[in-house]
Amino acid sequence: MKNFIKEGFKPVDSLNDPDDGHQWSIMQKLLLGLSPKEYFQQLRSNPFNWLLFLIFAVGLPVIVYRYIFGLGSVMHGSFDYPWGLFLGFGLFCMVPLSASGFLLGTTVELFGQKDYKPILNLALLNGLLGYFFAVVFLLVDLGMPWRLYYPMVISWGTAAVLFLVGWHVATYLTVQVLEVSESFFEWIGWPTAKNYIHKGTIGLTVAGIILSTLHQGALGTLLTYAPGKVHPLWYSAEFMWIFFLCSSIFAGLCMVIAVSTIVKKTMSWRCSGEFLDNLDSITIGLAKGASMALVTYLVIKIVGMTHDNLWAYLTTGWGTWYLLEMGLGVVLPIILFSFAIRNKSVGLIRFTAFLTIFGLLLNRLNTVLITFNWNLYQEWPPLLETIISVTIFFLFIVVYRFLLYRLPILYAWKTAPAKVVTPS
Amino acid sequence: MSGISRRKFLKSTVVAGGSAAAAMSSTKSFAMKEFEGYPESMGVLVDLTRCIGCRTCEAACNKEHGLPEPELPFDDFSVFDQVFHEGKQKRRTTEKAYTVVNRYETKAQGAPVYRKLQCFHCSEPACLTSCFVNAYTKTKEGAVIYNADVCVGCRMCMVACPFSMPAYTYDSALHPQIIKCNFCYDNRLTKGKPPACVEACPQEALTFGHRKTLVKTAHERIRSNPDKYVDHVYGETEVGGTSWMYLSSVPFDQAGFNTTLQHHPILDNTKSFLGIVPMVLGIWPALFMGFHLLAKGGKGDKESKDKVEVHGE
Repeated sequence: MKNFIKEGFKPVDSLNDPDDGHQWSIMQKLLLGLSPKEYFQQLRSNPFNWLLFLIFAVGLPVIVYRYIFGLGSVMHGSFDYPWGLFLGFGLFCMVPLSASGFLLGTTVELFGQKDYKPILNLALLNGLLGYFFAVVFLLVDLGMPWRLYYPMVISWGTAAVLFLVGWHVATYLTVQVLEVSESFFEWIGWPTAKNYIHKGTIGLTVAGIILSTLHQGALGTLLTYAPGKVHPLWYSAEFMWIFFLCSSIFAGLCMVIAVSTIVKKTMSWRCSGEFLDNLDSITIGLAKGASMALVTYLVIKIVGMTHDNLWAYLTTGWGTWYLLEMGLGVVLPIILFSFAIRNKSVGLIRFTAFLTIFGLLLNRLNTVLITFNWNLYQEWPPLLETIISVTIFFLFIVVYRFLLYRLPILYAWKTAPAKVVTPS
Repeated sequence: MSGISRRKFLKSTVVAGGSAAAAMSSTKSFAMKEFEGYPESMGVLVDLTRCIGCRTCEAACNKEHGLPEPELPFDDFSVFDQVFHEGKQKRRTTEKAYTVVNRYETKAQGAPVYRKLQCFHCSEPACLTSCFVNAYTKTKEGAVIYNADVCVGCRMCMVACPFSMPAYTYDSALHPQIIKCNFCYDNRLTKGKPPACVEACPQEALTFGHRKTLVKTAHERIRSNPDKYVDHVYGETEVGGTSWMYLSSVPFDQAGFNTTLQHHPILDNTKSFLGIVPMVLGIWPALFMGFHLLAKGGKGDKESKDKVEVHGE
């Protein structure tokens, strides 16, 4: 792709071809304005695509295998560890990393911080895709995925926390589809629909805050069903929900920093000047937000430890592991962030964002898988389960990239005909 | 893992928290409506001192429910030597066995102790309260039964069960389901008959009756034989009370029981969060709309003009 840009090629960024003024067809838009031959040429020349091809060649058949022979054929099928990577990673990690949508929505639309406008669409898309793929993971993990709608329609278990999670993820997914649909309508060329959705922005944003507060917290509360199975250091009957909510805030912000870093490195041709010029100052701003959330998280974790008097556990083996998680994932990021913000070192901020994400992954996996059943025995996800998880994660990346290439997420759509319509 | 026993640990905190807890429990009775179980709930009292590990109950259960024949016959006692996961786990309930008996060598006494294991049929079951499609029912007879027709297969109940009793048919691609003891609900309990295992027990180690009566029976046995029994009825208060209860001559943790369980229903752990839900739903909209209006300040008109300009570019 970079080569085409060098040769003076401009990807589709408006309804009409700037050269002769005719409207781009859907096909041309899908191919970014390249001819099919050129498009496949750029597909082939990118080594990352070969890696994808390899992963899917192995992974997709394994997914089919899972549906033919049942969950037991790919998971360890343990009765003591009912959940594996699909939920441990796919649900418990993807959801907090997707908190970006509601955070930036609140900042820009609700608090009117227009400085963050250039990154808003990316944050919204990141949220939408994260949730969508959490549901994809769920479809692999559920024993009978075709019954996914049962808690909505057939039978209501209203007292269950999972009922709340299910409903909220479903409604929030709808909210996010609507939020991102503005970009889609722009791209497909239905400005009326776009303006119609735009009128509801504030409502959607507030709905996003409510739903996110509740289901991020609810994911933590799910684990209070299993006291004694979750290690005490990762467990708190009272504060589980606020731990999960608070950590989703820095996770979501760091995810935006991380994704924007990758985007800047790999597809700067698609980014508008406004996006690239403001990215550094936006990144510093996001890092400030993330470090506030990190400090808060550290404080409430200490409060939680004191509340349950867990100090003695710190001297055990699990305690060392816990300190490692908190040290690498929370304390070190706080130090690095404050240093980097003071020195305006954007590179260090980006590194720290990746570190914080790693810390969050470790926290969720520790809670749901690694220290789960700490009194019992350790169970590791088998190979096929890992392959499926990796495959779905890369599907996430492919869809992410597909949309970023096309929809006006990183760049502003040039609405040329509007000039003709509005007499001003 | 160095060995901090959770029990020892809790003891030390109890001293500190004792007075506070006492103050709390008095207000608690005013604050919450407690569900004390169905009055007519049936139960089973398992007396470990009477069990000889003959596995007759396992065989009776297998026959009653038409379960697949086990690898080793029910009169093969080598199963007691089976351990799994590097010796960390003995036999457990599976999709092919609703109940299993395990042997525990104990320090205190020469003879081993045998323990029968099956669904405890909690008064306020965590499987039921954690299920988002209401697949579980606590019947007035005391059984916790499962409805495979609405089950989606999320396995939350398996995570939530404090006894890790439910098994799952992972190998079924089309209709996987939870498998667990149902207290012989359909064919026996509803007709007032004891479950198959109880009926089959040659030692009268299992006593079937109203749960309330069984609690009295259990304490009666402890009182008349204080040297023989540990002064505790396991299941009387654990996780809010269970229909199946146990008496033992050795400390319960030595007979494979989890003695660190809370003495109130698992559901209570989620109540503080669930109480927040309506508050967030009620307060957040106005709160954040208020923030929005504040952030806009007096420049509301100007902003709407800006928007028009953005559209008109």
